[in-house]
Amino acid sequence: MRAKLVSMTAAAALIFAAALLHARAGGGTVSGKVTYEGTPAKPKPIDMSKEPSCAKQHPTPVMTETVVTGPNNSLENVVVYISAGAPDDAAPSQAATFDQKGCQYIPHVLAFQVNQPLKVVNDDQTSHNIHPLAKINHEWNKSQPPGTPPFSEKFGKSEFIPVKCNIHPWMHGNFAVLKNSHYAVSGGDGSFSLPNLPPGKYTVTAWHESYGEQTQEVTITGNETKAVSFIFKAKPY
Amino acid sequence: MGKLFGVILTIIALVSAYPIVTHKYVQPEDISTHGHAIDEQLSDTMAESGFAFLGSQLLLAFFVWKFSERKAGAKISNIPGGAKLMVVAAFILIGTEVLALGVLGQKAWANVYFTAPKPDAMQVQAQAGQFAFYFRYSGPDGKFGAIHPDKIDEGNQNFFGLDPANDVESRDDIVSGELAIPVNREIQLLMHAKDVGHSFYVRELRIQQDFVPGLDLSVHFTATKTGKYEIVCTQLCGLGHYNMKAYLNVLSQEDFEKWTKQKISEQ
Amino acid sequence: MAEASVQQAHVHAPPESFIRKNVFSLDHKTIGKQYYGLALVAVFTGMALSWLMRFHLAWPNAKIAGLELLSKAGAPGGVITPEYYLSLLTMHGTLMVFFVLTNAPFAGFGNYFLPIQIGAEDMAFPRFNMMSFWVTFVAFLVLFTAFFIPDGPPTSGWTAYAPLSAVGSDAGPGLGWGQNLWAISISLFCIGQLLGSLNFISTTLDLRAKGMTLMRMPICTWAWFITSCIGLLAFAVLLPACLLLILDRMAGTSFFIPAGLVLSDRLQNHAGGSPLLWQHLFWFFGHPEVYIAILPAMGIVSHVLITSMRKPLLSAKVIIYSMMSIGFLSWMVWGHHMFVSGMNPFSSLLFSFPTLTITIPATIMTLIWLGSLYGANLQITSASLFALGFVSMFVSGGVSGFFLAQPSIDIYLHATYFVVGHFHMVMGVAAIFGILSGTYFWFPKMSGRMMNETLGKLHFWITFVGTYCIFMPFHYLGMAGNVRRYSSFVDDFMAPLLPLHKFITIAALITGAGQFIFLYNLIHSRFRGKPAPQNPWNGTSLEWSIPSPPPWNNFGGKHPVVYHDSYQYGLKGSKGDYVMQDSPEQIVTE
Repeated sequence: MRAKLVSMTAAAALIFAAALLHARAGGGTVSGKVTYEGTPAKPKPIDMSKEPSCAKQHPTPVMTETVVTGPNNSLENVVVYISAGAPDDAAPSQAATFDQKGCQYIPHVLAFQVNQPLKVVNDDQTSHNIHPLAKINHEWNKSQPPGTPPFSEKFGKSEFIPVKCNIHPWMHGNFAVLKNSHYAVSGGDGSFSLPNLPPGKYTVTAWHESYGEQTQEVTITGNETKAVSFIFKAKPY
Repeated sequence: MGKLFGVILTIIALVSAYPIVTHKYVQPEDISTHGHAIDEQLSDTMAESGFAFLGSQLLLAFFVWKFSERKAGAKISNIPGGAKLMVVAAFILIGTEVLALGVLGQKAWANVYFTAPKPDAMQVQAQAGQFAFYFRYSGPDGKFGAIHPDKIDEGNQNFFGLDPANDVESRDDIVSGELAIPVNREIQLLMHAKDVGHSFYVRELRIQQDFVPGLDLSVHFTATKTGKYEIVCTQLCGLGHYNMKAYLNVLSQEDFEKWTKQKISEQ
Repeated sequence: MAEASVQQAHVHAPPESFIRKNVFSLDHKTIGKQYYGLALVAVFTGMALSWLMRFHLAWPNAKIAGLELLSKAGAPGGVITPEYYLSLLTMHGTLMVFFVLTNAPFAGFGNYFLPIQIGAEDMAFPRFNMMSFWVTFVAFLVLFTAFFIPDGPPTSGWTAYAPLSAVGSDAGPGLGWGQNLWAISISLFCIGQLLGSLNFISTTLDLRAKGMTLMRMPICTWAWFITSCIGLLAFAVLLPACLLLILDRMAGTSFFIPAGLVLSDRLQNHAGGSPLLWQHLFWFFGHPEVYIAILPAMGIVSHVLITSMRKPLLSAKVIIYSMMSIGFLSWMVWGHHMFVSGMNPFSSLLFSFPTLTITIPATIMTLIWLGSLYGANLQITSASLFALGFVSMFVSGGVSGFFLAQPSIDIYLHATYFVVGHFHMVMGVAAIFGILSGTYFWFPKMSGRMMNETLGKLHFWITFVGTYCIFMPFHYLGMAGNVRRYSSFVDDFMAPLLPLHKFITIAALITGAGQFIFLYNLIHSRFRGKPAPQNPWNGTSLEWSIPSPPPWNNFGGKHPVVYHDSYQYGLKGSKGDYVMQDSPEQIVTE
């Protein structure tokens, strides 16, 4: 009797674990493309003459990255994430790295989770100050002299935070601090993919630093791929 | 030990004054039309105060050498002439120095501040903000677009807060991180501060003027030699103050026109 | 009867408890020592900060062991960040100008010796006196707290120029609570100084002993009196200025903030203020403050020199009138800090003339000191060496004033190391030499023990030579166009000047280390020094007529009577070549 109960519990646990594994490995996927319509602003060349050590790293001028477009009206640097429907995830211990190189932020938009460590690296021969202009989280403003070790920070609340370097005012980036692990940043072709979604009803949000937010409702029923596309309205100025 | 004081002070005074007397101090060359007046004033002052410095220090050294730790019962005496002599000497020596420097010095100051820029002077707007300078040229239409502080967007290279969507005059404005100017042409610099106090200092131009938030000032100057020179901020403006700089690029007329064309094509 | 009751009103019983005797004491001597002690803590802190700054300037990437413990954000891995450099600079300036150069020569020595030198039992308002110190002490604590808050210490310099100091943390680290603490601290400091100044003035005017006419007061008493008159007016302007700054920061007013400022991409919600208003208010205080620091030192140095020379100055009156005219002119020169600030260029001319003119009384004083040395029998002691050092520093720092007083030259030299060299020599080091001279001179009276003269002289030589090695090169850096307040020199232009910066740093480290000889001497002598006689230097003024250290009511309940001018030296007196002020004997000229 007792042995039977134990084996039954074990079997149930196994099935449950298998189901969980299945959901993790498979599950549904939301994927698609972010595009724009209209005329976006021309990227402008960045004048780095103030900081010769950075200027000489760029044989041709670096362009502004507030709106980065690709072929076929694709729009880069859009954060696509599940804003409702998914539970909050525990933060991974692996740090998200934000690099300062050639007086630019790499990446321009960095998405990571609430309480996930953020590692800030200075690869330049000059001091930078990292100033996330947070409104919900605690705002901070720290210098990182050349040659000093990377430092680590965390954000406790979900927020889109513009980041700037006051010493090099053209340096501008964004932190997307998100509640769960279902997010992607659109690449050069505007594509994104949110895999491993268990069945359920979700709100998918696309966020762009200049063009704002769009949302769409998606229902995942099983091991399927749902196509979702976002189209932002672009303005020349 | 009084004698030691005399010797050491003499050495200190001579070593301190040596670079001035022999003109061995470093001073960047002057590339402005008004700078020679300032430099002359500086060297006159150096001669007069060098004389005052050496005279007083050597006198102090000598008197301490001579009148310290004398034998017991040494006669105490007073300098002939007494306090009256000192007061008269101070009035004559310093009074004339004050008058000379005060009156003559005003000429150099007047050269910079009491003359109006010529009507054909080229206008360039300089904006100082934490922690960079940006310069704006009016572009082909000869008109500066209006500044809207709420439109400032540094990540998008809109440092001045221009509104090209609604303001046609601003669309052709040239914005640059370096101050390119033609040589031998008078420049009127319109100074605007974006946030806190800053200053515009070019050693070679012998120009220094603060940017005052809320108060747009102007300075004018003519550069007489082509080359690249540093523009630095001299008013404490925050953590990046030490690295707040730009380059003054003095170009020949042809090079300046090329530069302008290049910039227009980038706008 | 009526007379007796007036007398009664002044007599207070000696305090019994430890706290009333040593902490919340009403005794001007204890309060003077408290001010001096506070200045001592401040000066060594300020010096340590300058070491850090100098070290960073010479070796910008060097790690400073242990600094990370003080501030993790300010010195990650021991390397000073640009904002922490500015914090060090701000705290150094604030500590030195307010808590050292105002506290020690004026509030410290003045409190201790002014009442004694005029033959009074205590200050006119002992309770105000106690309050003034404790308010100053709280001001110090408030400022010091800034080292330990997350925002970090203020970064806007000791001049706290608005709007940098007024807009809050959008302007950068240290400009949030760090700057708030600064403004609160300085407001409190002003209150302390106002109470102190009032007290000095009333005491000097009302409590002089019988026969102590104004012109019989020693020169240092005069210096403290004139200083307190300046202080009363100067701090009365700085206090409201700081309060307005606090309002701008905390209550959303816009006294110093104009419209349309954008900091860190944020449009500031202020309109209508003027940054120049802060500069005018600040320097209206700030320039007289220079004389608040230097006049007491002038008084002390005159006092020490006369005693050491064994002859009076050529004319004490001329010195006193010169100090008065300096005090008077100090109100008309503040604009020379603002020649390139955007002030009307015509007013620059108006400010330039009084500035140049103020060198006349200063030169008269220098020539009087110099001329008086002629024919003297100068005793070389630690005190007299520092007094002579003062004269030398005052001249060196004074002549560079000629440059900066002229607006045309100021265009080139403003905000360069030339200015830093100038004010460090003329108000910083010169005043410190005055303080040190006074310390070696009066320590026996204050503690009842002698200081070690050998160590004192060693201290002098290190400090004297070291100071010249540090600050003379500053002038040459300035003439080369080296801008001040930079945390590191990134310009290509600066490369050839860096070796000179290294030399200065090494000199600063050595000179600073030499100050520990003084500290050791001070502490050691306090407990182990030779017992001091009543009048170790054969002085004439009233402090030498009472035991060392003086009893709690100074003259043991007696009322001294003064018969002579303050400096009767070079004579045949019953005790030697001098006649004390309270000695009824006839003066016999030799």
